[in-house]
Amino acid sequence: MWTWEPLRQWLAGLITSYWADPALTAVQILMVMIGLILVMAFYTLAERKVIGWMQSRRGPNRVNLFWVPGLGQPFADVVKLLFKEILIPADANKVLFRVAPFLTLVPALAIWAVIPFAPQRVFANVDAGLLYILAMTSLGVYGVILAGWAANSKYAFLGAMRSAAQIVAYEIAMGFAMVGVLMAAGSLNIGKIIAAQHGGFLSWNWFWLFPLLVVYYISGVAETNRAPFDVAEGESEIVAGFHVDYSGMAFALFFIAEYVNMILISALTVIFFFGGWLSPLDGYLPASSWLAAPSFFWFGLKTLVPMFGFLWLRATFPRYRYDQIMRLGWKALIPVTLVWLFVEGVLLYFHLGPWKGHP
Amino acid sequence: MQGIRSFIKTFLLWELLQGLWVTMKNLFRPKSTINYPEEKTPQSPRFRGLHALRRYPNGEERCIACKLCEAVCPALAITIESGVAEDGTRRTTRYDIDLFKCIYCGFCEEACPVDAIVETRVLEYHMEHRGENIMSKDKLLAVGERFESVIAADRTADARYR
Repeated sequence: MWTWEPLRQWLAGLITSYWADPALTAVQILMVMIGLILVMAFYTLAERKVIGWMQSRRGPNRVNLFWVPGLGQPFADVVKLLFKEILIPADANKVLFRVAPFLTLVPALAIWAVIPFAPQRVFANVDAGLLYILAMTSLGVYGVILAGWAANSKYAFLGAMRSAAQIVAYEIAMGFAMVGVLMAAGSLNIGKIIAAQHGGFLSWNWFWLFPLLVVYYISGVAETNRAPFDVAEGESEIVAGFHVDYSGMAFALFFIAEYVNMILISALTVIFFFGGWLSPLDGYLPASSWLAAPSFFWFGLKTLVPMFGFLWLRATFPRYRYDQIMRLGWKALIPVTLVWLFVEGVLLYFHLGPWKGHP
Repeated sequence: MQGIRSFIKTFLLWELLQGLWVTMKNLFRPKSTINYPEEKTPQSPRFRGLHALRRYPNGEERCIACKLCEAVCPALAITIESGVAEDGTRRTTRYDIDLFKCIYCGFCEEACPVDAIVETRVLEYHMEHRGENIMSKDKLLAVGERFESVIAADRTADARYR
């Protein structure tokens, strides 16, 4: 199996062996960050392409890269945003206005510390991983609210208020869906949650926790302020919501945060309900086959499906009205999770379902 | 019964799934966008684009300064001054079309008794400086000379319907 040992040795020779481990971790973090940003960059292109195709358009196809039409579009966008002036409104709270983009981006990136990409490939194998994820996703809201407030604009403020109310409502449903997952796994550790789902694709959580999967995904879409729950941005109503007054790279940070959060929600959906890095063919193929072994390949492949779902939903549904969002969150999603948690509790208590022998 | 059915449908997100199915079908449909600079939509021979003044095959100007086009122009885009040419015929001394005023209705073309002022198929033109929007007589004649073969072919194609 491939290890980091040669790189660690090389770093130990370069600096002292005491600093080799932190340096190695820094290198790994950098690799994950760059990988994420690259995935995010092509995700924006995929979004424009997929939505274009669904509307019988072609999507961006003017900036070529490796002779593929449109593939260079993300880089063209980055260059454009880099050279734009960052305007700060005269009446804005200048400190908060500058800090807010980082407050959204940093939690979005920090959550990846507890995401296992493959067995044992995780930065922080903490036992409270699920709580850490809940805490970090909630922190991301502060950036949105502060951005809306600091700009001293009515539109931005409206967007921030909408986003705050929406995220409070949907965080509860999301939390309850996670409770269902942790009841099934008996642990808050992300690695153990995945390991508890071992077996073929029918032993993953999605089969027994299907209502929770639907609730989790819907509230995930709402959490990231994506269509059809994008009232916080609401282009047609309040221009761009909380980031109206941001331009250039400051706007790009919000953009990156939003897309990294979308990738994150997709990854978490896979981890909680589709067995993370577990292979769907486990038990159907001989165990020696690499297709049956848990690996990053399966994690990445499975994550692409909910990622596509985000784009699909955006191309299909018109924006929810604000009171309908609240009704869906409080009156539909939360009762569904409560009922299914009860069903799951009964199943667990009487040792039914796939969780036999589990305390 | 109807109530129960609609409740179950709501609960199973039935209508949302129908919507998703529609977009998924469209994902694989052929795209209707034209790659504009490389591909172009077909044009009718009656297309009304940039204006031109025509000449007879022997080089003589068609326009006789009757000012019917100026009179019919609903946007008052045409300005004509007439005079007597060296050979004693009535000719225009000035023939200006303001492209900013013109609404490309084609009435000037219809009104002209000698097919002098015509609208060509040219639609890709632009102005970079002030005043370039005025098509003077020289410019109009130049356009006419440049596209004479296309203009003549279009007139022949449309002659049956006039």
